Amino acid sequence: MITLNHYLVLASLLFCIGLYCAIAKRNAIGILMGIELMLNAVNINLIAFNRFLVPGETTGHMFAIFVIVVAAAEVAVGLAIIINIYREKLSSAVEDFDWLKW
Amino acid sequence: MLKMLSNAWLIPIPPAVAFVLIVLVTKRFKLLSALLAIFAITLSFIYSIGILLEVLSQGITMNNPVEYSVNWLSLGGETIRPLLIEAGVLIDPLTSVMLVVVTLVALLVEIYSLGYMKGDPGFSVFFGYLSFFVMSMLGLVLANNYFMMFIFWELVGLCSYLLIGFYFHKHSAAKASKKAFITNRWGDFGFMLGIFSLFLIFGTFNFNDLAEAIGRQHGAFLIIPALLVLAGPIAKSAQFPLHVWLPDAMEGPTPVSALIHAATMVAAGVYLIARGYILFTGLEAVSFAIAYIGGFTALFAAIIAVVQFDIKRIIAFSTVSQLGYMVMALGVGSLSAGIFHLTTHAFFKALLFLAAGSVIHAAHTQNIFEMGGLSKSMKITTWSFIVGALSLSGIFPLAGFWSKDEILLVTLEKGFTGLYIIGSLVAFLTAFYVFRLVFVVFFGKKKTRAYESPLSMTVPLMVLAFLSITSGFAGAPFVEKGFSSFIYFQEPHHVQVNFLIMIGSTVLALGGIALAWAVYVKKLIDPVLVTDRARSLYVVVYNKFYIDEIYHWLFYRIMMNIGKAFNWNDRHVVDGIFDGIAGLTRAAGAKLRLVHTGNLQNYALVIFASVVIIVIWMAVPVLGGIQ
Repeated sequence: MITLNHYLVLASLLFCIGLYCAIAKRNAIGILMGIELMLNAVNINLIAFNRFLVPGETTGHMFAIFVIVVAAAEVAVGLAIIINIYREKLSSAVEDFDWLKW
Repeated sequence: MLKMLSNAWLIPIPPAVAFVLIVLVTKRFKLLSALLAIFAITLSFIYSIGILLEVLSQGITMNNPVEYSVNWLSLGGETIRPLLIEAGVLIDPLTSVMLVVVTLVALLVEIYSLGYMKGDPGFSVFFGYLSFFVMSMLGLVLANNYFMMFIFWELVGLCSYLLIGFYFHKHSAAKASKKAFITNRWGDFGFMLGIFSLFLIFGTFNFNDLAEAIGRQHGAFLIIPALLVLAGPIAKSAQFPLHVWLPDAMEGPTPVSALIHAATMVAAGVYLIARGYILFTGLEAVSFAIAYIGGFTALFAAIIAVVQFDIKRIIAFSTVSQLGYMVMALGVGSLSAGIFHLTTHAFFKALLFLAAGSVIHAAHTQNIFEMGGLSKSMKITTWSFIVGALSLSGIFPLAGFWSKDEILLVTLEKGFTGLYIIGSLVAFLTAFYVFRLVFVVFFGKKKTRAYESPLSMTVPLMVLAFLSITSGFAGAPFVEKGFSSFIYFQEPHHVQVNFLIMIGSTVLALGGIALAWAVYVKKLIDPVLVTDRARSLYVVVYNKFYIDEIYHWLFYRIMMNIGKAFNWNDRHVVDGIFDGIAGLTRAAGAKLRLVHTGNLQNYALVIFASVVIIVIWMAVPVLGGIQ
């Protein structure tokens, strides 16, 4: 029997992987991928809570769909920025993105 | 028509407008600027005459003055002492007489300046400054509270500074203007502290409210505030020991000396004492101090005037001496006598200065021994100067006679016999030094070629000569409702005729004139022989008792060293502390800014680590988390 806890454990594992990826990766695209993983972990949480706590309603679904849409837009913008920086600097490593540093 | 009185604040407005227009618009058109200034002062003069007539016809006396004011600044209330500063006018006979004197002398001086300042590159600016001065002086006279008076007091000081330094390219003029300003600062500082302490005690700046409050509780606790306020008049009216600036102020153009440093501004100090008279008159020690400061100054300056060579300096010391007379009169307790002498003195001293200016204009020197025999070529100047000199000496029936006699009478009446003797001695010296001047400059051998001055200069002289003869009758003892029943303190009194004093002072004055005649016309006594006989005394007096040198030593040796010590303290101790704090902050910042790596991932790590720590903290009951 799969309970809410199983989903929560799965989601937190996924979130931690995404967090590690976002913090540790040197490549900007890798960071974006980590953020995607974290967002999807949140989506799993939303759907799971909806399914187990208020089965008749679709609040969680709505939120999840919003998150997916926003994430898609964010990735589009993020990738565009990264590609532009890459053209400028011939690098996609975040430690090279330091023009605003003191 | 009370409307006229309630709109008295309009009086200083025309000169103020003239000043702004001259400086901003008409500066390039010399004659237009001058005419503008003269037109403005004429308006003020006419209005002042109206005020005087109104005061006379409305029966406004010293005890029921008219006051109009608006609240200029109002602060505080419940927790702190309420501060209310008014802007308003106070009209009583004293104000109205001062208004007329100031505007009349200013008008005549401005007309005179048309001729005297002709061809000067700063012609327009000169008239602008004069207008500004008249505005400030009228504001001072009209003020109904100490605060407003202080503002205008400072403004006249500023005008005095600007006009003494009018020929600022001359080193001595620049120095003299600085000296006047700084000397006056000493008095102003005391005056300001005095005003503040009066406010702390009574909670108001208003003259009438203060008079009422002081009338209710008067005592020794007022001695310090009274002495502090007195510092203002001592500096402004050039009383010992702050008299040093006035003789040097003669570096300014002569019309300025006549208007500011003889007739009006220096009288502001006397006016201030008269305005706050109730403060001084109840305190015996303070009145005593005022009387003796005045008496001493009168004698001191008269002695110095005897040996000076410079025509303007002689008259300047005479001004100091006569101001001493007025202060003495106020000190012994007669407001009427002091203000009466102020009025007549304004006319005859302005006359003497303007006539002296006419002489300088013609002879191009200020040393009286380089002039001589000017009476032949400069008839009007000579005769008006002689009228002024007679009036100053106190010869019957000229203006100076009546006012000086009233002062002498009062000193004797109030039991100041010592001051009476000093006053009589001063009358003798005054007659001597002014006729020494007359005989040396206008009679004797002709030494320079000179021509009579233009009409714009001689007409004011004639008007002033007329006033120097007649203005005294306003206060003569045989006049029923004279000056002393118009301007007085608490209750009017009628001047008694005292023939003994009249005859005594006339004899002394004639004696002075006779001595001057004997020495400088008949050459019965050789002045060089006399000065040789008492060489050291002569040198001391000629150098004005070395007061300037004493101040020089005091300031350069003592004040400068104290200043240097404070300077060192400021630079090394005070600045050191604050520079240290600033340096510490900067060093800390330099180290701490390294925390900001600019790497987004570091920030993310810190944020998530913090979230984890907060979650752990809230989850563990021992640390105060959820049970």
